[in-house]
Amino acid sequence: MSGELEIIEAPEKVLSENFVRDVFYIVINCGKMLLESGAETYRIEDTMMRIASSYGIENAQVFATPTVIIFSLNDYALTQTLRIEERANNLEKVVAVNELSRRISAGMPLDQALRRMEAIHDSRFFPFWLTILSGGIIGMMFLLLFDGVVADLPAAFVGGAGGVFVMEGILRYTKVKFFTEFFASLYIALTAIFFVDTGFGTMLDTIIIASVMPLVPGVLITNAIREMIRGHLMAGIMKGTEAALTAIAIGAGVGLVFLMI
Amino acid sequence: MIYVYQFILSFFASAGFGVLFNAPRAAIIRCGLTGAVGWMVFYILREGGADLVLASYIGALVLSAVALLNSRSQKMPVILYITCGIIPLVPGGMAYDSMRQIVLQEYMTALEYGFEAALISLAIATGIISTEMADQVLQTIRKKLKKKEV
Repeated sequence: MSGELEIIEAPEKVLSENFVRDVFYIVINCGKMLLESGAETYRIEDTMMRIASSYGIENAQVFATPTVIIFSLNDYALTQTLRIEERANNLEKVVAVNELSRRISAGMPLDQALRRMEAIHDSRFFPFWLTILSGGIIGMMFLLLFDGVVADLPAAFVGGAGGVFVMEGILRYTKVKFFTEFFASLYIALTAIFFVDTGFGTMLDTIIIASVMPLVPGVLITNAIREMIRGHLMAGIMKGTEAALTAIAIGAGVGLVFLMI
Repeated sequence: MIYVYQFILSFFASAGFGVLFNAPRAAIIRCGLTGAVGWMVFYILREGGADLVLASYIGALVLSAVALLNSRSQKMPVILYITCGIIPLVPGGMAYDSMRQIVLQEYMTALEYGFEAALISLAIATGIISTEMADQVLQTIRKKLKKKEV
């Protein structure tokens, strides 16, 4: 907190080294999982501090940005820096870690918390086909929300589902998100043009914009601004840049097709 | 009738993103409902002739209030409902459009789209934070009242 003097004296109650290391292990992995699952910075910092202080470790410091977490237990001279390579939205993990931290605050023993934390780490995903199907449904819904015509529904479904398929598919071979998004939008533009040319689609622009909706960084832009308003300027700038890069990738993919025809 | 139609569309759009974002299965329907309520507020305001930015702000305000109620009753973090719920409101399509216009060398149109997208996301972010702050103030007042009673 601002305005308070920082304390650097030895802790009143000295905890055993193993205990402290276990707590450290839980805290830093919870923070990592939250960051990789797309939680807000303030939630990450709050959760980590709360878990540490629930186990009686005060005077902890955490600094989280979208690419790095620095966590210190100042009283025990323990510090670790973690690089975060990938970020995606995985709300199930955010919910699970949140639940764990709530239970720890209510007095969950350390060994149980350790086991629970490791279980959260291997939590499940929706099956791949359902993810693709939802991409198609999103495409169809946005087509109608954007005043599209019913005749274009198949095109939007194929575009939306295929876009998610291409993106997730390429993501398994390369971790460069820019290219996965680029190729996904390239595919979407080609599909839309194919449908319109063969007479199964009518409004080209509406089909394309509805189909790219599963990919566009709308949530990312809004979250970037929320981070900035909350005072996490660095996180806000990073997320904003990420969002801009995503929009460029998608715009370039579609634009390239338009330039070629 | 058109309202029911819009409600259903935005419900499935938000719920679809719930699947894409790997939301817990039990929460998907509430995620969809949150998004649909936010969109309906936005839509009705737009039909009534309200400004785009103002409608986004109020839509986000109501949406995050619904998300907050959901998160209290389900004991789940509020980010779950907000992330899925703001989907119909966020200007992702506009951000994409702006970049596409740049690639097509229509710089002026691109700027217009870009600024509009930035302004709308600013309005949505402010809307969400307004609700969160109002809730925080309320909680603090409630805590202080309780302390006095004890």
